[in-house]
Amino acid sequence: MKTPFTSNGTKAAAAPKPNRVGAVAEWADERLGLATMAKKQIRKVFPDHWSFMLGEIALWSFVVLLLTGTFLTLWFRPSMGETVYNGSYDQLRGLEMSEAYASTLDISFDVRAGLLMRQMHHWSAMLFIAAMLVHLMRVYFTGAFRKPRELNWVIGSLLLLLGTLEGFTGYSLPDDLLSGTGIRAADGFMKSMPVVGTYMSFFLFGGEFPGDSIIPRLYTVHVLLIPGVLLALIAAHMLLLVYHKHTQWPGPGRTNDNVVGYPMLPVYAAKAGGFFFIVFGVTALMGAFLSINPVWRYGSYNPSEVTAGSQPDWYMGWPDGALRIMPGWETHLFGFTLSWNVFLPIIVLPGLMFTILLMLPFVEAWITGDKRNHHLLQRPRNAPTRTALMVSLMTFYGLLWAAGGNDLIAITFHLSINQITHFMRVAVFVGPLIAFIITRRWCISLQRKDQDDLLHGYETGVIMRDALGGYTERHLPLPTAEAYTLTARDRDEIRQLEAGTDENGVAAKGTGKAKLQARLSHWWYAHNVQKPTVAELEEAHHHVEVEDAHDAPLVGHAADGHQFDGRHDVVEGDDLAHHRD
Amino acid sequence: MLRIFQRTTGRVAGSISRRRRSRFAAPAVLLIGLLATGGVYAAFTPADAAKQDDASEVAKGKALFLVGCSSCHGMNGEGVTTKRGKQLGPSLVGVGAAAVDFQVGTGRMPMAQPGVQAPSKQVLYTPEEISQLGAYVASLGPGPEVPPKSEYDVAKASNESIVRGGEIFRTNCTACHNFAGSGGALPQGKYAPKLTGVSAKHIYEALLTGPQQMPVFSDHVLTPEDKADVIAYLKKTEKTPGYGGFSMGALGPVSEGLFAWLVGIGMLVGFAVWIAAHTARVKKTGEDA
Amino acid sequence: MSDVHSKEIERTEPDPIADPGVEPHLPRPTDVDPAAERRAERQVATFFGLSAVFTILCCVSYFVFAVGDNPDTIGGLGASNVAIGGFLGLALLFIGIGAIQWARKLMGDHEIIEMRHPSVSSDADRDEALEAFNTGVTESGIGRRPLIRNSLIGAMAALGLPAVIFLRDLGPLPGNKLAHTVWRKNMRVVQDVTGVPIRPSDMEIGQLVNTEPGVFYKDGPDGEPLFEGTELQQAKTKAATILVRMHPDDITPSRGRADWGVDGILCYSKICTHVGCPISLWEQQTHHLLCPCHQSTFDLADNGKVIFGPAARPLPQLPIMVDSAGYLVAQSDFPEPVGPSYWERG
Repeated sequence: MKTPFTSNGTKAAAAPKPNRVGAVAEWADERLGLATMAKKQIRKVFPDHWSFMLGEIALWSFVVLLLTGTFLTLWFRPSMGETVYNGSYDQLRGLEMSEAYASTLDISFDVRAGLLMRQMHHWSAMLFIAAMLVHLMRVYFTGAFRKPRELNWVIGSLLLLLGTLEGFTGYSLPDDLLSGTGIRAADGFMKSMPVVGTYMSFFLFGGEFPGDSIIPRLYTVHVLLIPGVLLALIAAHMLLLVYHKHTQWPGPGRTNDNVVGYPMLPVYAAKAGGFFFIVFGVTALMGAFLSINPVWRYGSYNPSEVTAGSQPDWYMGWPDGALRIMPGWETHLFGFTLSWNVFLPIIVLPGLMFTILLMLPFVEAWITGDKRNHHLLQRPRNAPTRTALMVSLMTFYGLLWAAGGNDLIAITFHLSINQITHFMRVAVFVGPLIAFIITRRWCISLQRKDQDDLLHGYETGVIMRDALGGYTERHLPLPTAEAYTLTARDRDEIRQLEAGTDENGVAAKGTGKAKLQARLSHWWYAHNVQKPTVAELEEAHHHVEVEDAHDAPLVGHAADGHQFDGRHDVVEGDDLAHHRD
Repeated sequence: MLRIFQRTTGRVAGSISRRRRSRFAAPAVLLIGLLATGGVYAAFTPADAAKQDDASEVAKGKALFLVGCSSCHGMNGEGVTTKRGKQLGPSLVGVGAAAVDFQVGTGRMPMAQPGVQAPSKQVLYTPEEISQLGAYVASLGPGPEVPPKSEYDVAKASNESIVRGGEIFRTNCTACHNFAGSGGALPQGKYAPKLTGVSAKHIYEALLTGPQQMPVFSDHVLTPEDKADVIAYLKKTEKTPGYGGFSMGALGPVSEGLFAWLVGIGMLVGFAVWIAAHTARVKKTGEDA
Repeated sequence: MSDVHSKEIERTEPDPIADPGVEPHLPRPTDVDPAAERRAERQVATFFGLSAVFTILCCVSYFVFAVGDNPDTIGGLGASNVAIGGFLGLALLFIGIGAIQWARKLMGDHEIIEMRHPSVSSDADRDEALEAFNTGVTESGIGRRPLIRNSLIGAMAALGLPAVIFLRDLGPLPGNKLAHTVWRKNMRVVQDVTGVPIRPSDMEIGQLVNTEPGVFYKDGPDGEPLFEGTELQQAKTKAATILVRMHPDDITPSRGRADWGVDGILCYSKICTHVGCPISLWEQQTHHLLCPCHQSTFDLADNGKVIFGPAARPLPQLPIMVDSAGYLVAQSDFPEPVGPSYWERG
């Protein structure tokens, strides 16, 4: 029997069950108002390039450091109190040592996965700082530090400095012979400081070296103070990145006012999240197969013992190198000693280098007077002086780094440490200069090649022989996308010096500074190759057309050279004009 | 001389005996006494016994020495100094058989070419020849002897000895040879060589004789037990597995940094390039990009 | 190609080549071919699946491979570390690779354009913020009340003092502690670790002995060592020495030092004057002592003079003599401070 109403089932109608994720989001939004923020960020666009992922290596390494580091704190005892070792490592059993060293041995030999975590922690620390350096170089070479991102550069430089200190305090915690020797050297560095040196040393160590306070104090710095600052700075760094949006390479459709790329959800979440697992995985594999910092072989720290090949971790290699090649200069004045041989390479030089690093964006802006916002990256060749400057800084850094390992270089390559030291004393000055000159000329020559491609087309490798017997190479115009990419950059503006004096011959205020800026700006942009004007491009194309007319009879035929001897085979439809795209 | 001798001993021996004995009895008894004393003494003194048995060894050693060593060390092992004051080979008087056993037994000697240091290389002499050379050099002047096996046999060393040996090693040896015995640099291109793979006997001899720039660690200060402890520690460490993985040369932070950059950053940058690389596209026909 | 462009060209000169716009999207094989899509999907799932397998193997390895007294080994390497780490690494890596393959092959890959906004705040916002700030400052009256302002600044600045002062007890004042060691007259020079005293006849020419003050191996009246723990480490940092024996003819003692050695045996501080590493790379033929840290080289036959490297001061020498029992002992403490230089050193 039919009912008067239609029904779609035998059960009473019910509202559809809410999605569980939706329910949670609903609950949170009612309290936090997340949707406003989320709406912009979920599909945020990130441009795609491998060099943009270098900073991510550092970021994910930091996460690995936090995770593995927390594991280690569960077993490590940051105390210099004396204990007798009774663990599994035979060669040290029965010896007196600090609790810090004994607990490190316990982690390595009596806690399962303990040695793995120790090694992963140390490897990821090395990767953290190396990645920051590589990221720094990418940002600098592509001009990504320019307005509005100067602050992010400053934050990044601070991250580099703090990361280095964090690494130093970290590997000193086990109180083994090698790191203890490093702390002893650090004590010597402090003592070299004028006036306050001995006070700083006594206050840091709680008395004479080594005392019993340094390890617990370094522990506090290493697990609490510096990580706190690092977290805050990383958060600020990321926040600025989100606010400014990422820079991008110039190209078709990419302007200074947009970002072209893939959305955060799903593509970037997958790529960045995946890269986290890759960084974590590579670190774990290194921790599994490559033995790092085998503290049991060094022995507990003893101020009367030392090992050959005493170096700090690689990121402190360059100040160590400066220390090694420095001549032994000291001044004695009125009963006081000024240890230039330690103070200059270890206190003054790193301070100077770090200040130069911090100031790079501001110095460049001061020289060029460029106050525009830049969101498009520059190819290194298009900023020859900037690129050359960084390469010469890298050369300086690299030479000092090598000098820090001079004894190992000597035994590996059968050289003399004395000769290496003498060589380095000269090379650290001459090398950067040579590197600057070579790099700048190289960039300019690459710019000329680009200019050539734009004006005359690219070389096809097809050689034409004309009726008179002359050989030419066929050039074809670049594809539009590529040609546009090459020209999607600003022209360099060299500062002109306006009249510096008024009609009475009085120099305007700031003329000295303006003169300097103009001169520096000229030096900065000198010899740069600017992109062609419309007129130049048209003229060049016209020129190419004239050349092409030369070969017009050959268009549509195979250019195998047999055109003139009657032995050629014409391949139908073979058209050189569309050779590449 | 003989007459005075006979008369003296004859007076001592007594008048009756004088007639019953041969003229030569007294000197003969004296001679027998001397020979007996000397023989007993020789029997109880090993060195002398060896010398007596192996005078031929010394001679063989000398023959080998003249052929292979004298051009730098002199025809009598006195050393050779050129007119300009440059020393070709030092004097071997007093270096002892232990030094020869070490230098020739590790292939350092004969040196293939002059240089600041003699590297260890292929051993050119058989063990018998080395011992003959050692015997000859020992005959030039008293010096350290080749240690008996008991001094350096550490197969049954206790853990306490091993631990103590480690302490001595880190106090005396690591400054030149590095914490793992991987070697280290010395001034002017010289070096302290690797200790891994070196026999216990040679380590002992090196400590005893102080080859080239290595200092001497005489038995009076670093006793034979101390030396054995050091060797026990080294041998134990050689057998210890790499708990954390491959040691990358056990050279410390420099090689670790190298691997961090080459392996770590290298792999991760490689992955980054892959992640952002263009993936395969289907080309639409008849359309240009 | 002109190198100098004035601003004029920049503004009026149009770009030579017009922007062709973002390239049209080309599909991937997985977008058009269902078989390729399924293959890619299976590949990604395989990576995730393998990762899970490796995770399980990692957990199993944790329990299977022993550490401690009898650790398991594989091919000369520690089995626990290699297995746990290797499987963990692969497990993590495969999740990453799977996720990235998913993004590259299967996720939508249309490029999107998002417009940038200027970093600077809008003029309206700026004006509003400035007005709010000015209103607030005016209402506070701080501009009109310099007395309040200055006294506040003074009070806040003063609070910086406790922050510094509370750190005073971090450590004692240096005083002249750095200028003295535990060495005293008639204190025996003994070999480090073994503690044996040394007679001159025990040493051969070319010998090096790493030594310490004899007091380190003495017990006090309570039966406990006189120096142990932190005090021992602190004393060693300045008192560690080396004994070297050279041919007396090779030594050229400076004025007043002729009697500081015994038959060619000299005693020097083991602590480098550069930054304090212990030195004992002794070259018996050249008499040079090399520090492994920064390669400072000292000539011990010439009063510890620096002949290479960054050290500035010669190595301090400890004058020694022979005591009544025939053992080597110190004549006194070091005549100068030992170790790295410092401001008040003089």
